[in-house]
Amino acid sequence: MSEHFEPVIIGFTCNWCSYRAADLAGTARLKYAPNVRLVRLMCSGRLDPTFVMKALSDGADGVLITGCHPGECHYVEQNYKTLRRYLLLRRLLQGMGIAPERVKLVWASAAEGAKLANEINSFVEEVRALGPLGWPQKLAGNVKEVEVAA
Amino acid sequence: MSTNNGKPKVGVYVCHCGTNIAHTVDVEQVRDWAAQALGAEGVVIARDYKFMCSSPGQELIEKDIKELGLERVVVAACSPHLHEMTFRNASKRAGLNPYLTELASIREQVSWVHTDKGLATEKAKAVVAGAVERVVKNEPLDEIKVPIHPATLVVGGGITGIQAALEIANAGYKVYLVEREPSIGGHMAQFDKTFPTLDCAACILTPRMFETGMHPNIELLTWSEVTQVAGYVGNFTVTIKKKPRYLKEELCTGCRICVEKCPKKVIDHVYEAGIGYRKAIYTSSAQAVPKFPVIDTANCNFFQKGTCKVCEKSCPTNAIDYEQKEQFLKVDVGNIILATGYDLFDARRVSNYGYGRLANVFTSIEFERMCNAAGPTSGKIVLRDGQTTPKTVGIIHCVGSRDRNYNNYCSSICCMQSLKFAHLVKERTGATVYDFYIDMRTPMKSYDEFYQRVLEEGTLFVRGKVAQVSDAARNAQEEGKLIIQVEDTLVGKQRRIPVDMVILSTGMQPRHDAKEVGKLFGIGCSSDGWFTEKHAKLDPVATMTEGVLIAGTAAGPKDIPASVAQGSAAAARVLNLIMRHEVTLEPIKAIIKQWQCSGCRICNGLCPFNAISFRAERRVSEINPALCQGCGTCVAACPAGAISGSGFSNDQILAQIDGLLMDVNPVSA
Ligand SMILES: Cc1cc2nc3c(=O)[nH]c(=O)nc-3n(C[C@H](O)[C@H](O)[C@H](O)COP(=O)(O)OP(=O)(O)OC[C@H]3O[C@@H](n4cnc5c(N)ncnc54)[C@H](O)[C@@H]3O)c2cc1C
Repeated sequence: MSEHFEPVIIGFTCNWCSYRAADLAGTARLKYAPNVRLVRLMCSGRLDPTFVMKALSDGADGVLITGCHPGECHYVEQNYKTLRRYLLLRRLLQGMGIAPERVKLVWASAAEGAKLANEINSFVEEVRALGPLGWPQKLAGNVKEVEVAA
Repeated sequence: MSTNNGKPKVGVYVCHCGTNIAHTVDVEQVRDWAAQALGAEGVVIARDYKFMCSSPGQELIEKDIKELGLERVVVAACSPHLHEMTFRNASKRAGLNPYLTELASIREQVSWVHTDKGLATEKAKAVVAGAVERVVKNEPLDEIKVPIHPATLVVGGGITGIQAALEIANAGYKVYLVEREPSIGGHMAQFDKTFPTLDCAACILTPRMFETGMHPNIELLTWSEVTQVAGYVGNFTVTIKKKPRYLKEELCTGCRICVEKCPKKVIDHVYEAGIGYRKAIYTSSAQAVPKFPVIDTANCNFFQKGTCKVCEKSCPTNAIDYEQKEQFLKVDVGNIILATGYDLFDARRVSNYGYGRLANVFTSIEFERMCNAAGPTSGKIVLRDGQTTPKTVGIIHCVGSRDRNYNNYCSSICCMQSLKFAHLVKERTGATVYDFYIDMRTPMKSYDEFYQRVLEEGTLFVRGKVAQVSDAARNAQEEGKLIIQVEDTLVGKQRRIPVDMVILSTGMQPRHDAKEVGKLFGIGCSSDGWFTEKHAKLDPVATMTEGVLIAGTAAGPKDIPASVAQGSAAAARVLNLIMRHEVTLEPIKAIIKQWQCSGCRICNGLCPFNAISFRAERRVSEINPALCQGCGTCVAACPAGAISGSGFSNDQILAQIDGLLMDVNPVSA
């Protein structure tokens, strides 16, 4: 693992809370690591686990899933469904030999720009510590060993 | 039609946003990169411009759509929440379906949050690539138009709700005004004088209350609460619970004989702020609108002990009805205005100021009632014993506000409220008045002039946050007094000031149930607990939920003029929609492809809006587009992949992920 490993992370955001938190972080000129690239969904409930697999298989080293706090979902209760899928997804990843810590779920309301920025920063460090996932390279057969889940 | 590598022709427009983006992102580099690296993805033209959202910026796009035959547009600029509409409209003007345009947020998500220009530029490229890959998969969508029901629901009958209701009713449209207390008027109905002009609150409010009560277009539902809200902008169905008053409104003349005769006196914690009494059958005041009393069953002799019935016996029109039950009514409305106001900060929480323990420490609302000519002391300013006039009075600002232990925010009205109190004490008692402030905040029209006036009247101002109010005398002079311990920051000294009476200028806080009420209407609260506006500056009365507006102190601390202005603003918004007769909704909906549906019904239970139903005869599920809110949870759950989410389809999202990771995954790119 190189000393200067910069992880690439895909972040899924909810249109009503965390995407707006990202907007707010911007308006407030908060600074955070440039490693995360965001995808806007209408709701974290839209998150099909396939999206996470797609991101990892396309070369992302980690995936951040963000949504409204429990009880604050714009669509009443869909974030609870996200939570369930997230827990299942982590077990699935473990079964595939991928550290489940590469996927993280964070709640951030539209008012929590600072929280989102902090969560991004700490997740970048967590994924940096895990090292590169390198799934595309593995798929291409260049790398033989499979990461052992923690 | 598409000649470009089989892909639709895409135009990419990178905005400098003055220097907002260009300062941290190499805009020209992003432009050139998009033209070259994304050529294979369909990009036929990439341009940059100082301000894409300006008229010339938009015209640039329109011209390209027409002349180059662009079939997709990506604008790399600010957040879609700011300008998605702007650029969709530009595309529409040039004849392109508006939903074939995407915004790539390289300001809020890149230039404003990163500092390294190289890294920021690389990230901007990834964000643009994501948007290009996505937009190629976008499909033209048709806007959905729905009719607007011309009636409006206003929740909360304080000055804000009254103003909003009157504006709409005077324009000729029906309003349901729901108030949870027995009468309307809110906090303002409790005051005596109002700053800065010192006009009497009742003199300016009562006529409005009457007008509201008598208005042919306003259906006043007091002692009522909303229990259920279904539907969406233009088409809400609201369930309202009418609590039993235990009297027949159609028979009651409002003579108040029952109130007079009722033998049971109870402390009135609502209208009289705990310093006055009311009966077990009561109206908040003699001018209450509506005029009908209500029985407080918890304190009524008949309801508690089964005997009494004095009110029934004394009623000249036989209006009393002990059997009355709560009623539920359903009304259809097109828009909803929430004007539920504020709660007062509970002064007991600041235990070092002694409220509740030291008799002669009063809260601001107690003092308002005391000053009111119709209040418990008939307007006399006296100590808790009800007779002694104070000779020295201390007024403390910012109680519960601007304090990390309680509320961080400034309640905005307490400085003026304190100055009003100082003036009233001086005028009515001639007492020496000390006013303890942290900063004097008097920014609105005629406010600072009022401060000057109170200064000239001789109120003694001490700049410093009061540490403690106590009755522990240290010398003869302090004996029997309340001692205010404060650091006078202008003199740089600790002072102990003995007074007879202390008034705590308690601030405002969100309604205790603001969160639940917000949830009922599908809107959120800020971290402080106030209802959140769509845009703090540019859209202060709208919310994230279309058709639900907020006004007055429900959205944050405000004085009366600002509350009234927001009441009118919200009403104008509603009238605007009513007069358009229909509203355009985002066509972001889930659709079940019937031929792919296996009828497993997994999706049925996932929809909180009951939009999905199972068609037993065809053994497939179906989505009602009018009820679908477009969250996409069912799309993600369908094991057969039979549900597609327009505007956020799997194809679009997977393509965006490909684009975002193009640089790290040359394999799939
Ligand atoms: C002590 C004090 C003195 C003040 N003096 C002045 C002054 O001199 N000049 C000035 O400009 N401003 C003054 N203010 C500020 C003023 O009180 C407010 O600006 C104004 O009253 C706000 O009106 P509102 O309608 O927004 O809220 P409110 O007056 O709080 O009215 C809200 C109404 O909604 C009802 N309600 C709440 N929840 C529900 C629900 N779920 N369903 C149905 N109904 C509901 C409530 O019962 C209430 O009737 C003072 C404030 C205080 C605390």
